[in-house]
Amino acid sequence: MPVTLAYHIYPCGDHAVTIELGDKVDAVINQKIIALFAYLKKQQIKGVKDIIPAYHTVTIVYDVVLLKKQAADITVYEMICEHIEKAIDSFATEPPTTARLMRIPVCYDLLLAPDIKSLAALHEISIDDVIRLHTGKTYRVYMIGFLPGFAYMGTVDDKINTPRKPQPRTSVPAGSVGIAGAQTGIYPFDSPGGWQLIGQTPVQLFSVTKEEPCYLQPGDDIAFYSIPITEFEKLKQL
Amino acid sequence: MSLRIRKSGILDTVQDGGRYGYQHLGINPGGAMDLLAMKIGNALVGNDAGEPVLEMHFPVAEIVFETRVLIALSGADFSATVNGDPVPILHPIIIQQGSVLQFGKNTTGARIYLAVAGGYTTSEWLSSSSTHKQVKAGGFEGRALQKNDILFLKKIKTNQVLSMDKPFVVFPWGAKVSDLYVDNPFRFIPGAEYFCLTETSKQQLKSGVFTIDQQSDRMGYRLRGEGIALESCQELISSAVTKGTIQLLPDGQLIILMADHQTTGGYPRVGHVISADFASLAQLRAGETFSLQKTDIPTAENLLIEQQRNLQQLQNACNFRLEEYLKSYQ
Repeated sequence: MPVTLAYHIYPCGDHAVTIELGDKVDAVINQKIIALFAYLKKQQIKGVKDIIPAYHTVTIVYDVVLLKKQAADITVYEMICEHIEKAIDSFATEPPTTARLMRIPVCYDLLLAPDIKSLAALHEISIDDVIRLHTGKTYRVYMIGFLPGFAYMGTVDDKINTPRKPQPRTSVPAGSVGIAGAQTGIYPFDSPGGWQLIGQTPVQLFSVTKEEPCYLQPGDDIAFYSIPITEFEKLKQL
Repeated sequence: MSLRIRKSGILDTVQDGGRYGYQHLGINPGGAMDLLAMKIGNALVGNDAGEPVLEMHFPVAEIVFETRVLIALSGADFSATVNGDPVPILHPIIIQQGSVLQFGKNTTGARIYLAVAGGYTTSEWLSSSSTHKQVKAGGFEGRALQKNDILFLKKIKTNQVLSMDKPFVVFPWGAKVSDLYVDNPFRFIPGAEYFCLTETSKQQLKSGVFTIDQQSDRMGYRLRGEGIALESCQELISSAVTKGTIQLLPDGQLIILMADHQTTGGYPRVGHVISADFASLAQLRAGETFSLQKTDIPTAENLLIEQQRNLQQLQNACNFRLEEYLKSYQ
């Protein structure tokens, strides 16, 4: 990790501020984002309500009323920016965090993969190629958004990079594994959605009763492996 | 010590100040759309400002009080009645055991809040009682209230609710809220992509009239107005959005993100409605129109602080009067 970070800060409304690094989807940038997120979280800055990492940004949501008491001559926005700049200065010397590797079983059976056939045909490859390419890489969880626990992972091999469906489905079953452009993701809930569905995992991505309700976190490394439908059914029962 | 839902409403949920600290997991904050109304309602019954309340939309549930309780209605005015007789919003009301609260018509506003002295017994999820319908957690079984649901109340420490022989008693004093809410236009500060708008679109944003579309809910208000366009249209990388963020959709129309917004978004952020005006915006209904006015962060912060000061005064006055009232009966 370099000693300094080139970043720019801008307001995200009157009660949030965004720190942006670079201008592209990039694993190295995202690694810095996740590390910065973890570092800022550890600082426990007073009046900060949420810290939200995304691909190349970290957004900090803060309590204007609470912080105004400390910001006599300046705006709360200016004060929080000063906090962040100081934090980034001391952060630059922190060692990088290490990711955890999560292995996720996926059943690519046609019964659970309504778009795998058309996706293979579009790219003029076989369904087995799609499975081989999708399981052949380790993906990074760039961010969580859209739904609670929905992990945006990337990047998929160019040979299976496929745009979203022109018409989103009104209902995608929970556990569905999809592709949208260079991204791959898993629906934690039954939800409307436009991703190309190529399989389903029996793993529960979100559990309301757990203290850590989400199975995946930003910065995780993910490897998919293929399971037959019999095993899918068995694991689903657990 | 309970309320019973005799007839379902369209969307009546338990809400509080919101579930913060989990947006990095995609868990949106939720919470009362009109936080001012929640705080005012709580002040009128002597609760802490953040005590969970019922947020109700028209047509509203019919509620039977199975215990005598001090309540307050705030936010929208849906022509409430108790046993058929009109009762006002923004006044403490003692409701007799067995009385029925109903709502006649959607007079003003979009959502009404029902606060009860002592508060409801609710279930917390991740430190908040706000109802998260997607996850089915928080509030009342993580869902909207339905017919025959029984909502238990917390035990009240002091005997705040005095016996009486009428179906209800309205307190003579109430909350004056005119200096807390604002009228059209609502103010916004420019978003990161505001400067990518064409000059015409910037003008349209500042002077155009927007109508709230029928497809609007607690997640977002879709607006209808003259189309808005960007000068250059490069695809954005998704990043966090907040309550009040005004996004430009691919069809040239705008959406304002409300309490149940997604945590991240990839549409251009042309602006953000300021916090001080959000509660007022949240009381607009589908079909109503408004305009936007550009402002800056120092102004937005000052307006919020001023609003907070006015709210604090109202809360103090309510406390004082509630104590006086209790003393007069001792």
